[in-house]
Amino acid sequence: MSANGVARPVREGLFTDTADTADTASTVDTGEAGQPRLLGSRCEACGRHTFPRSDTCPYCAAQGARPVELSGRGRLWTWTAVTTPPPGYGGDVPYGFGVVELPEGLRVVTRLTEADPARLSAGQPMRLVVTPVLADEGGPVVTYAFAPEDQP
Amino acid sequence: MNGVVVAGVGIHPFGRFEDRTITDMGVSAVRSALAEAGISKGGFQAAFCATAYGGVASGHKVLSRIGMTGMPIVDVEAGCASGGAALMLGAAAIHAGVYDTVLVFGVEKMPKGMIRSSFFEPWQEESGLAATPAYFALRAQRLMQDSGVTKDHMAKVVVKNRRHGVHNPNAMFRSEVDADAVLGSRVVCEPLHLWMLCTPNEGAAAVVLSRAGDGPGVRLRAAVLRSHLPGSVLNESTPMSGLVDDSVPAATTLAATAAYEEAGIGPEDLDVVECQDTDAARELLSYEELGLCKPGGAAALADEGATELGGRIPVNPSGGLLSKGEPLGASALGQVVTLVHQLRGEAGPTQVEGARVALAHTVGRGANASVVVLSS
Repeated sequence: MSANGVARPVREGLFTDTADTADTASTVDTGEAGQPRLLGSRCEACGRHTFPRSDTCPYCAAQGARPVELSGRGRLWTWTAVTTPPPGYGGDVPYGFGVVELPEGLRVVTRLTEADPARLSAGQPMRLVVTPVLADEGGPVVTYAFAPEDQP
Repeated sequence: MNGVVVAGVGIHPFGRFEDRTITDMGVSAVRSALAEAGISKGGFQAAFCATAYGGVASGHKVLSRIGMTGMPIVDVEAGCASGGAALMLGAAAIHAGVYDTVLVFGVEKMPKGMIRSSFFEPWQEESGLAATPAYFALRAQRLMQDSGVTKDHMAKVVVKNRRHGVHNPNAMFRSEVDADAVLGSRVVCEPLHLWMLCTPNEGAAAVVLSRAGDGPGVRLRAAVLRSHLPGSVLNESTPMSGLVDDSVPAATTLAATAAYEEAGIGPEDLDVVECQDTDAARELLSYEELGLCKPGGAAALADEGATELGGRIPVNPSGGLLSKGEPLGASALGQVVTLVHQLRGEAGPTQVEGARVALAHTVGRGANASVVVLSS
């Protein structure tokens, strides 16, 4: 993040910025040390994943789902661009918006770094990044987003 | 549910009414419905008032104004399906033998602009994830991938509904549009253009339900509400994640299946349908979820012209939400008003000849989906 300010995540517990802050093991090894990860959970009873983390499985209602890091790579499933600032949002428009499929069998709703829908396609490889949404007096505020693999 | 009839209906036009309060509009619709049913003070034993943005005791304020209180008055909120939820509760109470006659009404005065929903958490708003039309667009984009739907099909739905709406004196937009104009309106969220999205607005509608006697009248054959099952990330429950599994049934499918069973009919028995067209793609998806066509068949059904007036299964003869606008609490009951007119043969230029069986569908945040079946 920025060298002079501490980036504030939009909410604690949504994602890690670097692998060395991880407190749990990923269920899928993508071989990408150092890349940000979404923090989800895996149900011990039915094996299904969810994001954001939840102690209770939304699918089988079992308690005690295990916290996991989710894969930082996936494929684009659907996408659009937001052209008008939605309520409560202070950042720039347009921005990309979509759903990415992760290898855990999970589809995640996410911002996309690519704001031109014509440059996106179904099945496109994507990777997780941490992106600033705005800067307030305390420094930049960051959230998670997915970027096309072929973009820096 | 064969024991419930619609004794009367009333509607206040849907639109923007700066000089009228939500209570004014509710009074207007309720008075019309009670007059049709021939009911005065003391003529109903309970009232259910649907509203999402009306605030505390919206139903009480309407009934206080006309001097009809003392019975249970319950406000009901189920997002876009609020009116369907109120109808379900009223019908079930009659069916169970608790009441003989129930007043069901819906009132709404929606905020203007993109609506800030208490549904989203602050971090979702701050991340730009509280963009409601974007979720519609993600679903539309997926329908294009899965069902061969194109922007031309979406434009065709808008053209159809606006053409129907010309004849509806209670609609907000009563002018025809052509496909070029729809596709020429600005892109809100690709692939959805501005004119493919319905307008949140104001209005009221009311329905009097009674225990069936021996006489004629429109019968309520089913009034079903269902919530979502987890799994679909495009569900109106707006989850942040879901499964790579497209076999989880949608809330609309759950409600429709239960409603067909309760009414003892199938989708092939329907003569006319009013469905949720929050956006043009939502109407196409509803064709599939309601069983009007097979999964993946929405584009072909639209191409065939089957859902236009004069087609095999006309959808949204009222003009739909795309013509009427959407006052959440009133929209489902507005559909019922339209369909009761159809089943009585009182629908004028939009009359579906010989209409005997009709279906009304709403779905929205929660997720909640309502399916109502009526027959003459």
